[in-house]
Amino acid sequence: MRAFTYERALTPQAAAGATLAEGAKFIAGGTNLLDLMKLDIERPAHLVDINRLELNAVTDTADGGLHVGALVTNTDLASHPRVKADYAVLSRAIVAGASGQIRNKATTGGNLLQRARCPYFYDTNLPCNKREPGSGCAALTGLSRPLAVIGTSDACIAQHPSDMAVALRVLDATVNTLKADGTGRTLALDDFYRLPGDTPHLETTLEAGELITGVTLPPPPGGTHVYRKVRDRASYAFALVSVAAVLNGRDSRFAFGGVAPRPWRVEEAETARAGAEPDARARAVIDAAFADARPTEQNAFKIPLLRRTLSAVLAQASGEEK
Amino acid sequence: MTPSTPQLPVTLRVNGVPRTLTLDPRVTLLDTLREHLHLTGTKKGCDHGQCGACTVLVDGTRLLSCLTLAVMHDGQAVTTVEGLGTPDALHPLQDAFIRHDGYQCGYCTPGQLCSSVGTLDEIARGVPSHVTADLDDVSFSAEELRERLSGNICRCAAYPNIIAAVSEVHAAQNGTAQPEKGQ
Repeated sequence: MRAFTYERALTPQAAAGATLAEGAKFIAGGTNLLDLMKLDIERPAHLVDINRLELNAVTDTADGGLHVGALVTNTDLASHPRVKADYAVLSRAIVAGASGQIRNKATTGGNLLQRARCPYFYDTNLPCNKREPGSGCAALTGLSRPLAVIGTSDACIAQHPSDMAVALRVLDATVNTLKADGTGRTLALDDFYRLPGDTPHLETTLEAGELITGVTLPPPPGGTHVYRKVRDRASYAFALVSVAAVLNGRDSRFAFGGVAPRPWRVEEAETARAGAEPDARARAVIDAAFADARPTEQNAFKIPLLRRTLSAVLAQASGEEK
Repeated sequence: MTPSTPQLPVTLRVNGVPRTLTLDPRVTLLDTLREHLHLTGTKKGCDHGQCGACTVLVDGTRLLSCLTLAVMHDGQAVTTVEGLGTPDALHPLQDAFIRHDGYQCGYCTPGQLCSSVGTLDEIARGVPSHVTADLDDVSFSAEELRERLSGNICRCAAYPNIIAAVSEVHAAQNGTAQPEKGQ
């Protein structure tokens, strides 16, 4: 691991200020960042440890929603009584990811910022525009089976790895930030994550030093909550495809994981053949949401797999609702 | 060619004993335990968070000591396999692992034991898992144990014996978490 200097931030604004410098990074749980530092993929010159900031509470908001501090661990968020009762799709998505040890350490803010798991991003011997801008993309003609089918570009086809973020997308969660000058922003997930275009190394719209302070969930949407993840082994693996669903009759919402550079949701597709039997409805929703898909030969299977997964989710939910 | 970085003071309470060190910020909690405190019970397996061999308990919670820096844990309590029990006074899980032949080559065992202690506590606290049917009713089962210990890899495939050992300890505790020793 390359050398870096280290400091502990005592206030959010001080943390943002300390991270304005070139090469400085926040560290919270560190479960992804330290792995990437050992592999010489991340090379921070300065780490600002934010673990002592008071951003670890889950609190009710005035409108009946929930605010989740950026340092709330995955375990604590999935276990929170209000999350289990009102936002079950979020609990389910979190516990579908990683292992117990990692969920105990990983944080809400860090989960949003975890980096791609594309094998070419991880192999420093091979070109990767996300790791070394302008070097090329070995995945385009390589082993692309796990990678994205939509929202990609000729520069990058890596998929977003988070399960939690897919549930946050279906729940219309927003990301709250703080900058060194004391101002903050509230960003919808689609405004928080960039699509790769020709700058796949820029994954979010965060500015230098801008700190994620938390995530806000709107009032509970009700309905039946399901997170269904399909992967190569039953546990401790990233999604090939996943479906986060909040099923509420005609107002049902669906977000998809494992298939795009950010959690994928197309609101206009959600009303497609609402009320139809599961297979027909799933086909209509996926056809509409993935009309612009550009899969490779190796990952074209993801679209029919997603259609069948959504069909299973719809069948499961209708069974529960009976 | 690596520029020198300022060394930082770190105090950890390791298996009940305060230990003060001066460390390069790069030193992981795992390397602190093994190379600086010579507590070699905790094993370095993959060193990338994939195998679970380095699992320890920090303030009673299981985590991967390879994926965290010692300086991030200043003032916290760390329990390693050496702090669970001794040859003369085994932790109930250590005793059950022996009787059920859960050790095999043993390289994964310290992580399996620390992870099992943390897992029983998480079940008692109502932390859900991927296989929990009802989020509000987290209960013990072999299926829950298999899922919750899936971050601990054992190439000897001692899994069935480990499940038997942990299940027996859970049953002996009548569904309540074992108070952790060394804390």
